[in-house]
Amino acid sequence: MAEVLVYVDHVDGAVRKPTLELLTLARRIGEPVAVHLGPGADTAAATLAEHGAVKVLTADAPEFADYLVAPKVDALQAAYEAVSPAAVLLPSSTEGKEIGARLAVRIGSGIITDAVDLEAGDEGPVATQSVFAASYTTKSRITKGTPVITVKPNSAAPEAAPAAGTVEQLTVTVADASKGTKVVSRTPRESTGRPDLTEAAIVVSGGRGVNGAENFPVIEALADSLGAAVGASRAAVDAGWYPHTNQVGQTGKSVSPQLYIAAGISGAIQHRAGMQTSKTIVAINKDAEAPIFDLVDYGVVGDLFEVVPALTDEVKARKG
Amino acid sequence: MSLRIVVCVKYVPDATGDRHFAEDLTVDRDDVDGLLSELDEYAVEQALQIKEAADGDAEITVLTVGPEDANDALRKALSMGADKGVHVEDDDLHGTDALGTSLVLAKAVEKTGYDLVVCGMASTDGTMGVLPALLAERLGVPQVTQLSEVSVDGGVVKGRRDGDTATEHLEASLPAVVSVTDQSGEARYPSFKGIMAAKKKPVESLDLDDLDIEADEVGLEGAWTKVEEAAERPARTAGTIVKDEGEGGKQLAEFLAGQKFI
Repeated sequence: MAEVLVYVDHVDGAVRKPTLELLTLARRIGEPVAVHLGPGADTAAATLAEHGAVKVLTADAPEFADYLVAPKVDALQAAYEAVSPAAVLLPSSTEGKEIGARLAVRIGSGIITDAVDLEAGDEGPVATQSVFAASYTTKSRITKGTPVITVKPNSAAPEAAPAAGTVEQLTVTVADASKGTKVVSRTPRESTGRPDLTEAAIVVSGGRGVNGAENFPVIEALADSLGAAVGASRAAVDAGWYPHTNQVGQTGKSVSPQLYIAAGISGAIQHRAGMQTSKTIVAINKDAEAPIFDLVDYGVVGDLFEVVPALTDEVKARKG
Repeated sequence: MSLRIVVCVKYVPDATGDRHFAEDLTVDRDDVDGLLSELDEYAVEQALQIKEAADGDAEITVLTVGPEDANDALRKALSMGADKGVHVEDDDLHGTDALGTSLVLAKAVEKTGYDLVVCGMASTDGTMGVLPALLAERLGVPQVTQLSEVSVDGGVVKGRRDGDTATEHLEASLPAVVSVTDQSGEARYPSFKGIMAAKKKPVESLDLDDLDIEADEVGLEGAWTKVEEAAERPARTAGTIVKDEGEGGKQLAEFLAGQKFI
């Protein structure tokens, strides 16, 4: 059976959930071979094997941290040459897309980004995408070279499928040309203790109606009662009420959780582009005419400062 | 020596319009008005600020690949203050995908001459966000991408990249490809004077022959990817909407419990 390279997204060996989803999708088109770059491969290998990786190719070098993106492309290319895979899958993170793009140029292949589903086809893997602010669903495939596909988080439920997960060292030579962009400093983001926005099963977002940074704790309290991530609309971010890293929308993060709760968000096209594929959508807004209500499964026309705290109390009471 | 800046811009269908696919599954451009991709306005703005920081000792060329109408995107950038335009236009370009576009841009950038290429973080239509990385790979120069702050001094470009898990400060020697986010700074509005001046600024027109690109390397036939199906997403069925009369929070909790979220 053909092998499929899966690029592993991890923090020091702690594998992030989108990679487990990739392994699940990879098994539909072949045998997953994971590529783990940086420290922690031994820790990661067990998790990767549990989710179907027959092999874990690993390499660690200071260049992966000292320079932006390109050294990792060298490593993934080495893995590609070692394996001759049927496809290369990466997470649709900023870095995943950039690594995939550069690899595609090098190996003369096409690239598809932001797939939300993947299946085997007669002429290679077929990727489903959600385009034009999720108003269209397309199916595409790659016609030249080895398909390079990046997949959005929450595109598949990770399934356990124990496999060998044999760890093999990959020999990587980082080219001088790949040392062009120095990472002068790196400041890790302070953890809020909340789930990652793009991976969360539930997202609670606040918008213009939150009316000030000092009111965002109302949104955070609801999120915490549900174990959810916190998002914000562009209006709230542009006003400086919440960090840009939490922005949901076309120029922020695109999310696709099981449940999306929009509080005080009118639902401009820009925002809809980032959340329209959520499974269940709930909105709370004073304005009964807000376009967000066209999308909802359940909407409450009312003051978020009344409704959200009441909901939070109710959630806490029900959870005991 | 004057700094040569090339800003890559895209002419896109207006996202607030009703966007559709044409019969050949490319974007239907007749159906909806086009404009300069909003995210590219930030790229033009940063190029202008870099030029200002260099006391004007820089030349900004704005480059686009697209049909005749794409000239509108160039004019907008020129009215903001860019110095000249390059428009790559060729019937054989219809249906070109991201890899093909990066090939055309790379050739056009090389032909124009550059020290710094500035791009937006993504287009507002395809939203892939890979073009700057593709271009850097093709040009064989550093990529300094997804920047919320950017500056150029002494042949070195510096920037700040706010990633998912960390904020990084980056540095590369020119020539380089940069992309900027919508956090890099509000784009300026063209002044009346700027709009009038833009009409007189030169726009060079190039076709595939000028760039030594064969027709079969680009376009729908030459694309590395193929859209096989495009279906309009069914409209969501109308949900339940209640008016809060004191019980809104409770009713919502009831709904969420029914859906097993609580």
